[in-house]
Amino acid sequence: MRVLKKFYQILCKPAVHYSLGFLTIGGFVAGILFWGAFNTALEATNTEAFCTSCHEMRNNVFEELKPTIHYSNRSGVRATCPDCHVPHKWVDKIARKMQASKEVWGKIFGTISTREKFEAKRLHLAQNEWTRLKANDSLECRNCHEFDSMDFTLQAERAARQHSTALASGEKTCIDCHKGIAHELPDMKGVEGYQ
Amino acid sequence: MKKLLLATLLLVSSVVFAANEGVMSLRSQSLDVQDPAEKLKNYPKENLQQPISYIQQPPLIPHHVRGYEVDRKTNKCLTCHSFKNFKRYGATKISVTHFINRDGQALSDVSPRRYFCLQCHVPQVKAKPLVENTFEPTGALAE
Repeated sequence: MRVLKKFYQILCKPAVHYSLGFLTIGGFVAGILFWGAFNTALEATNTEAFCTSCHEMRNNVFEELKPTIHYSNRSGVRATCPDCHVPHKWVDKIARKMQASKEVWGKIFGTISTREKFEAKRLHLAQNEWTRLKANDSLECRNCHEFDSMDFTLQAERAARQHSTALASGEKTCIDCHKGIAHELPDMKGVEGYQ
Repeated sequence: MKKLLLATLLLVSSVVFAANEGVMSLRSQSLDVQDPAEKLKNYPKENLQQPISYIQQPPLIPHHVRGYEVDRKTNKCLTCHSFKNFKRYGATKISVTHFINRDGQALSDVSPRRYFCLQCHVPQVKAKPLVENTFEPTGALAE
């Protein structure tokens, strides 16, 4: 407590040895350096290489992603892990990153360290993502898939039928139908829309 | 003894080799020639519903099925084609024959032996038949 009080007193006193210019400009530069470093580190955790550096991701979900349209397709456009799993907006991103500390915990204690453990947890993990995407109206899908640019006449008939009705009216969002498009599905017994 | 064995081996192998000469594969190619690989064909996104050619033929799938998961955990086909869902999506309903198990009992849902759709139903690419086929549908299915 006394240490804190002393620290507070130092903070309140004007500087004796340093000029105002040094403190303001120095503080500004230090701020830029800190912010740059922080963002660089943050972005480093937002790469596929980072995600797949753990065997839990590399051997399960990443392998499952590879044959899907979001990994291999005719034009070579790729969605990587953070494109779907990390929000783009700063506040949401930080919130998601804070949630991700739970994943570090999981890594340390090996909650999904084997394929069997992962399969047992798959429904729970999938539901987390479905809930998130349902709540934000499939924002991560819509970052690339713009509804206003969908030409129903170019879509397959059964796709056009759903997109022009349920999706257009806002009654459904992408994730309601497009589950399991990038990874294997869990046991779907009891999930809405699946028998 | 060793020489005799070698001689017999030589004789047998030459006879086998001679017998192979002039034998052609069904695609009229010599057996020792590797067929050039056919170009891969893409499944069309949508296809016309093909009429069936014989009674009890499993109908072809008139759309692509890339990434449609059918395994122990889930069956993507049934999200549209099941009795529960077909009306909502305007899809073809699976027939009740899919509910009958191998003992002839009608179950209340798809029988495990009829669960794996792609065992019988497949999408079709536009491809030239590899061998000539003169099969014609007859009776009620004849055009």
